[in-house]
Amino acid sequence: MRGAQSIRQGQARAGWLFVLPTLVLLGLFLAVPVLMALWVSFTDWNGRGSPFASGIGFVGPDNYRELVGKDGGLTRSDFMTSLRNNFYYVLLVVPLQTAFALFLALVLNQRMLKAVGFFRTAFYFPSVVSSVAISLVFLFLFSGGGVVNSMLDAIGVDGPTWFNDSRGLLHLAGDGLGLWNASEPPSALADGGMLGLTWWQWLAGPSVALSVIIMLVVWTTTGTFMLMFMAALQDLPLDVEEAARIDGAGRWGVFRNVTLPHLRPTMLLVTTLGLIGTWQVFDQVYVMTQGGPGKTTLTPAFLSYSYALENQKWGVAAAMAFILFLIIFAMASLQRWIFRDKDALELKRQERRTTKARAAAGSAA
Amino acid sequence: MLSSSRRRQASLAALALTSSLALAACGGGGFEEEGGSDPASSGDGPAELQVLIGSSGDAETQAVEEAAQAWAEESGNEVEVIVANDIAQQLSQGFAGGNPPDLFYVDAGVFGDYAEAGNLYPYLDQMADADDFYPNLVDSFTLDDQAYCAPKDFSTLALQINTEAWKKAGLTDADVPTTWDELETVAQQLTTPDQAGLVLGLGRDRVGAFLVQNGGFWVDGEAGEATATEPTNAEALEYVQGLLDSGSAVLAPDVDAGWGGEAFGTQKAAMTIEGNWIRGAMENDYPDVDYTVAELPEGPAGKGTLLFTQCWGIAADSPNQEAAVSLVEAMTTAEQQLTNAEAFGVMPSRESAQADYVEQFPQDAPFIAGGDYGQGPVNLPGLGPVVADLDSQLEQLKTADVNDILESFQQNAEAELK
Repeated sequence: MRGAQSIRQGQARAGWLFVLPTLVLLGLFLAVPVLMALWVSFTDWNGRGSPFASGIGFVGPDNYRELVGKDGGLTRSDFMTSLRNNFYYVLLVVPLQTAFALFLALVLNQRMLKAVGFFRTAFYFPSVVSSVAISLVFLFLFSGGGVVNSMLDAIGVDGPTWFNDSRGLLHLAGDGLGLWNASEPPSALADGGMLGLTWWQWLAGPSVALSVIIMLVVWTTTGTFMLMFMAALQDLPLDVEEAARIDGAGRWGVFRNVTLPHLRPTMLLVTTLGLIGTWQVFDQVYVMTQGGPGKTTLTPAFLSYSYALENQKWGVAAAMAFILFLIIFAMASLQRWIFRDKDALELKRQERRTTKARAAAGSAA
Repeated sequence: MLSSSRRRQASLAALALTSSLALAACGGGGFEEEGGSDPASSGDGPAELQVLIGSSGDAETQAVEEAAQAWAEESGNEVEVIVANDIAQQLSQGFAGGNPPDLFYVDAGVFGDYAEAGNLYPYLDQMADADDFYPNLVDSFTLDDQAYCAPKDFSTLALQINTEAWKKAGLTDADVPTTWDELETVAQQLTTPDQAGLVLGLGRDRVGAFLVQNGGFWVDGEAGEATATEPTNAEALEYVQGLLDSGSAVLAPDVDAGWGGEAFGTQKAAMTIEGNWIRGAMENDYPDVDYTVAELPEGPAGKGTLLFTQCWGIAADSPNQEAAVSLVEAMTTAEQQLTNAEAFGVMPSRESAQADYVEQFPQDAPFIAGGDYGQGPVNLPGLGPVVADLDSQLEQLKTADVNDILESFQQNAEAELK
C-alpha cells in the first residue's frame, strides 16, 4: 500500500513538471496581462511607469461609471456609439458570412462538380491575404471615383462617396419608404434617448461607410468558414443520405432533416468564432476609416486603442475592453444555449429517470 | 470525483501563484520623482543617447542622423537615431516600461497629455538663446506657465491660388484677397460648373484659422479654459458656412478628395488653404499645376493662421538629460535649421533664421509670416477625445447648427478640464 502510493506521488510530480512550462507561459502571457489590465481599469494610471507604483490612484468603478453610468459625458456617448456600430456590424456579418459559407460548401461538396480544387482555392483566397492589403484595395475600389462607382454609373446609378458617407442605412430606408424625413428626424425619436444617444441615433443602422467594411469582412471570412463546413460535410456518410432518399425524402428534406442536424456542432463553432471575431473588429477600421466619418465606424476595440495610446486614458480604455469581454461572453453563452442538443439532453434525462426508477424498484423488492 | 476537483484546485492555485509572482515582478520599478525643476541628470563618462523620430522620409532621417553624428563626434558621446513606425505607441511602451528614448519628437497636439503625465523633462530655460524661438511656438509647448521643450520647426496655413483659373476669371495680382469680403468675392468669381472657388480640408485644423482671424479660438491655452461659446467663434463658423452654402467653397470630401491639396492639385478647386507641406505634394504629384501662395486674408480681428509644430522632448526618466539638452541645442541652431529646411522643407523655429530663410525660399514668405501671428493647436491635457468629437461634428459644417457644435465642444471640454 505504501509503495503504491509513493509511486503515484512520483507520477504526480512528473505530471506537474510536464505541465509547468505551459502553466508558466499561460500565466505570463495570458493571466498576468489580463489581471494587469483588470487592475488598470480600476485606476487613473496615465501610462507612466508601472501601474502598480505607489502613486497610482485607485478610483474604484469610476472608469466603468464613465462608460455606462448615469452622468457619463462624451466618453459614454463615444462608447455607446461604438457599441451601436458594432452591434449592427455583428448583426449583419455573422448571419451573412455563415449563410454564404454554408452555401459555398454545399455547392463545392457536390460530387458532380468539376475543378473543385480551383473553386476551393478561389473562395479561400481572400481569407489568406493580409487584411491590411485587402483593406487598401477596398479603399481604392470604393473611392468616390473608383471602380465601383464607375460601374454603378454605367447602369445609371449615382454612387455615394462610400467612405465619406455617414448616413445610416435604416435612416435612408425609412426616408425612402416615406416613414420620415432623414434631414428632419421625427421628434418622438430625436428628443428621447438612452445612455447618451437619442433613439434616432440608436436606430441609424450601419452607415454607408460601415457597410463597405461589412462587405469586405463577409467576403474575406466566408472562405475560412466554408472550409469548416466542407470538412463537416465530408464526414456525413453517403449511406445516410441515400437511406433518406430511399425513404422518400426530397432534396430539401434531406438538407433540412439530415444535413443540417449533422452540421449543428460546426454551425455552433462557425457562429461562435464569427461572433467573437466581429465584436473585436479592429484592423479594417484602423486602416480604412479610423472611426470616421461621423464616428460611424468606431468600434469598441478601436476606441479602446485610441483612448489608451493616443489619449493616455488607460483606465477607461481597459474598462472598455472588459465590458467588451462581458458582452462577448454573454452572447457566446447565449449562443451555446440556443444551439444545445435538445434530443441528447432529453435522452440523458430519461436515462437518469430509468436508473432511479430501477433503483427504487430494487430497494422495494 | 473528489480527487479531480482537488487537482483542479491545485492547478488553479499554481496558476495564481505564477501570476502573482509575475505581477510582483512587474510592480518592481516605481517612479515617484516629479519631472519639475530637477537639475538635468547625467551619468559618468560619455552618454549613449537614443533618439526616436517620426520621420517624414529618407531626407529627414538622413539630415537628423548627420547632425546627430556631428554632435556625437564633437562632444564625445554616442547617439542612436531610431525611426519610429508608430511613435505614439513606441513612446507609450517606453514611458510605461520606465525606459523611454532620451530624446523624441513631441507633437503640439499631444504635448499636454505627455507633460501632464510627467513624461517630459522641462529644459527650455537651460538652453542658450531660448528667447529666439517664436513665442507662439513656445506657447504651444507650455503647460501651467512652464515651458517644456524646444520647438523643432513649424508649419503654417496659407492660401494657395491656381494661376490659370485666376487669370481665366480675369483677376490680377491686385485682387488677391486680404479680407473676408474679398475672399468671398474672389471665391465666387472663381467658381465654375466644374471647379469650386475654394476647397477646405475637414476639421478644426483648417476652420480654426477663421476663428483666430475673428479674435477667438476653441480654448484659451494660457488660462486652461474652453472658450468655444464666445460669440466671435459662432460668427467665424457662420462665415465659413455661408461660403459652403453659396457653393463657392466646398469641403474636400465633397469633391472626393482626401485633403485640400488633392482637390487643388486635381483642379477641382481654384483655391485651397493648406500648409507648406503642399509644396512637396504639388511638386511630386501635380507638377503641371501653376499656383501662387498668399497669406490668409485678415478677418475682423486682423491676421490669423494656425501653427503646426513639434518639439524635441526629453524624457523625464532619461539618465542623460544633460547630454540630451546639448544635442537639442546643436539640432536647433539657426544654421542647422536652414540645412534642414533645404533637406526636407520645414521652416526654422528661430526668429533669427527668418530673414535667411525668406532669402533662400522667397515663395515661402507667406507661410513663415504666420510664425508671428499664428495660433498653435489645442494642447490642453485630456482633450483628445473632445477635439476628435469636434472634428467629427465639423464634417457636417455645411448643414449643422454652429451653436450646437460650439456648445457641445464647450460642455465636453469643461467636463474634462474641471
